[in-house]
Amino acid sequence: MNWKVLSIKSIRFFKVGRILKDKLHSSWMFVSFIIVLLLPFLLGIGLFLKSNLIIKEESLLQLLFSSQWHPMKGEFGFLPFIISSLWVTVLSILICGPICLFSAIHLTHYAKRGMLKIMHPVIDILAGIPSVIYGVWGIILIVPFISRLGASLGHPNSGYTILTGAIVLSVMIIPFILNILIEVINTVPQELEEASLSLGATKWETIKKVILKKSFPGIISAFGLGISRAFGETIAVLMVVGNVVKIPKGVFQPGYPLPSLIANNYGEMLSIPMYDSALMFAALILFVVVTAFNIGSRYLIIYSERRI
Amino acid sequence: MINGTKIKVEHLNLHIGKEHILKDINLVIPEKQLTVILGPSGCGKTTLLKSFNRLTDLNPDVKISGHIFNGDEDILHPKTEITQLRKKMGLLSQSPYPLPMSIFDNITYGLKISGRRKKKFLIRRVENYLRQVSLWEEVKDRLKDPASALSIGQQQRLCLARGLAVDPEIILADEPTSALDPVSSKDIEEMFLKLKQRYTIVVVTHILRQARRIADYVIFMYLGEVIEHGPAEQIFEHPQHEMTKAYLKGAYN
Amino acid sequence: MKRKVLQKTEEIFTRFLMVFSTSIIVSALLLIIVSILYKGLPSLSWEMITQIPKGGYYFGKEGGILNAIVGSLYLATGSTILGLIISLPLALYINIHKAKNSKLVNFIRFLLDILWGIPSIVYGAFGFTVMIYFGMRTSLLAGIITVTLFIIPIMVRSMDEVMKTVPKGLLESALSLGSTRSETAYKVVFRQSIPGIVTAVLLAFGRGIGDAAAVLFTAGYTDYIPNALNQPAATLPLAIFFQLSSPIPEVQNRAYAAAVVLTIIILIISVSSRIVSNKFKQRRIK
Repeated sequence: MNWKVLSIKSIRFFKVGRILKDKLHSSWMFVSFIIVLLLPFLLGIGLFLKSNLIIKEESLLQLLFSSQWHPMKGEFGFLPFIISSLWVTVLSILICGPICLFSAIHLTHYAKRGMLKIMHPVIDILAGIPSVIYGVWGIILIVPFISRLGASLGHPNSGYTILTGAIVLSVMIIPFILNILIEVINTVPQELEEASLSLGATKWETIKKVILKKSFPGIISAFGLGISRAFGETIAVLMVVGNVVKIPKGVFQPGYPLPSLIANNYGEMLSIPMYDSALMFAALILFVVVTAFNIGSRYLIIYSERRI
Repeated sequence: MINGTKIKVEHLNLHIGKEHILKDINLVIPEKQLTVILGPSGCGKTTLLKSFNRLTDLNPDVKISGHIFNGDEDILHPKTEITQLRKKMGLLSQSPYPLPMSIFDNITYGLKISGRRKKKFLIRRVENYLRQVSLWEEVKDRLKDPASALSIGQQQRLCLARGLAVDPEIILADEPTSALDPVSSKDIEEMFLKLKQRYTIVVVTHILRQARRIADYVIFMYLGEVIEHGPAEQIFEHPQHEMTKAYLKGAYN
Repeated sequence: MKRKVLQKTEEIFTRFLMVFSTSIIVSALLLIIVSILYKGLPSLSWEMITQIPKGGYYFGKEGGILNAIVGSLYLATGSTILGLIISLPLALYINIHKAKNSKLVNFIRFLLDILWGIPSIVYGAFGFTVMIYFGMRTSLLAGIITVTLFIIPIMVRSMDEVMKTVPKGLLESALSLGSTRSETAYKVVFRQSIPGIVTAVLLAFGRGIGDAAAVLFTAGYTDYIPNALNQPAATLPLAIFFQLSSPIPEVQNRAYAAAVVLTIIILIISVSSRIVSNKFKQRRIK
């Protein structure tokens, strides 16, 4: 009798313990959920509040389209930085875009198994190499190369130029874009390929007219995501791009992209009036542009998946 | 046999990696008849079908040996012009896969690839083949719509028309009704019965009743081997092999 | 016939471009590794990785970068642990508790992907703002928190990718045996997702060690090894960055040597994560 009661009690106790544990786990899960849910908004709001000072002081148009950058005089025109960022980003996508696309087709449709065994780790390692190492590599190899190239083309330069930054950046984002492209191309069902081949198309015709067409939205999104990745890349570009506050007029001129501006001047941020607000405004521009490209590209993927 | 032989398979062996998928296959496919490859799922029917137009090449792990003759030409010979070969064989897959383009472009895809680009000719052909699969009345006003907007049954008929448009000699169909509703399935079956006057048709199926309805010639496969093949009446009424008998009975119950 | 020749030429040409592109990628990696080793190895010494900077180090005198190596390891370890504490429950949360609410789950995934895309310098700037707001100084802790913020999306998403593939039937059968949800979560899904979790940890650790932009604002820099969370900490990427901008060749050479150290650490992480994921791939229930 006693024994029975005891056992029931202990079972009940055990049950309560289990449910309590479940509750605890659930609430911690919920907390972490809330953190992630709020984080993007906190980021945006935080940066906005900080940069609001300077937006109020000068007009938004003035900030974005003036090229007068004299923090000591209280003049903050971001145009040189915005133009530099655009130059470097667009150029890097132009360089690595075709390479990634051709390589993705190669790896998904032509490469032998042994080739893939080599390429998987290659892509992984490229993706894992830190930004600063890319920068060091740029200084060792690309800077002297560009300097010589520029000289031979009649554009003598120090080697620290927009083009240098774009080349280093393009290698950095190759693994990122390539991985997405491979995934996108692989989602095209093999039956579609078979159908096209059965109609007398060659392999290349099938790829060109069916596979690339089917994955077109995905390819565009991959490049969109690549742009957003390139736009915010900091240290590697900063190390090779020259950092001269001037609107660049060609690829052999130095530039000064937004992330470099922030990273280079954080030390004096608090010593010059409004300077911290100006740098936070630069961060806000990055945040907005990058997020917009991100959302746009991901929406495109989701949308095209739904349509199919 | 009244008609000639269209495809002749000799000592066909196929491995995927270490797995032996097709084991010493020997058979004939009669011309302008409807041949059914019958057998339980996973017995290698689809693989056999796809080795006829060498779609098995797409998988780098596949190793294939033996001969498949289409007339005098050995399909498996490495020097065979594979593109021309595939054009002679229309393929209809399990569920429809319309190409990512308009209804019109789906039909003209194969024609354009073989160099036929005259607008008038293409328009005539599209109507002709859509009529053949009784799809014309349903889609004639929206030929520019993406093919994916059609219903599944319509898509499958479109895929059939797309295959017919390149003027094949053989139609290979891999369980072509498995994704369709009963009405669309019946449409496809009836179309096959009509089309076999002009084409050699090979249909893979695991549905015994479907085989009984449409087959002129039957190939029964089990675990990668051809157990028995012959004219439909012979296989269904007087199966020779124990395994065929068992399968036919089992499917009844 | 002419068309055919043209077509064949086009195919051959594009195939050449494909092979060419892939070789560019492979050779880029080789070039990076070779040039870093070539420049850095001559200056790499035992002294460099076992000593902290001594007086006159930045003018080419004695010392090493132990402060940065240890600082980076502290920072990466701290943020990986902190990141795991937040990411693992979240990954389980969306795959077990909310598994049926696919709209919410997709929204969270979307949000995480967006967070993943935000550059680390933005996190750094944000972390700095918050630090100033609370009157904190640059410190190991501030660095850890900032790095944690930007590795969370990486961790959750890579764990999620694996947990997504745990068969629903397995989850349901565990639930029907009377386990409460968290027991199910931890026992069934956790065990099935170990490879994903290990990959996520290694990935996050690599990011933590390699990041420069976020810690630039928040962790500070010092010649000493930090003893407490509220002290500033040096990091390897910044050690490389600062030394490379020095005009003195000896100091620059040490930057190259430090780059070798960082590259080797990253290579070890990459290789081990590949080994882990290959090893577990065979063992999982499909």
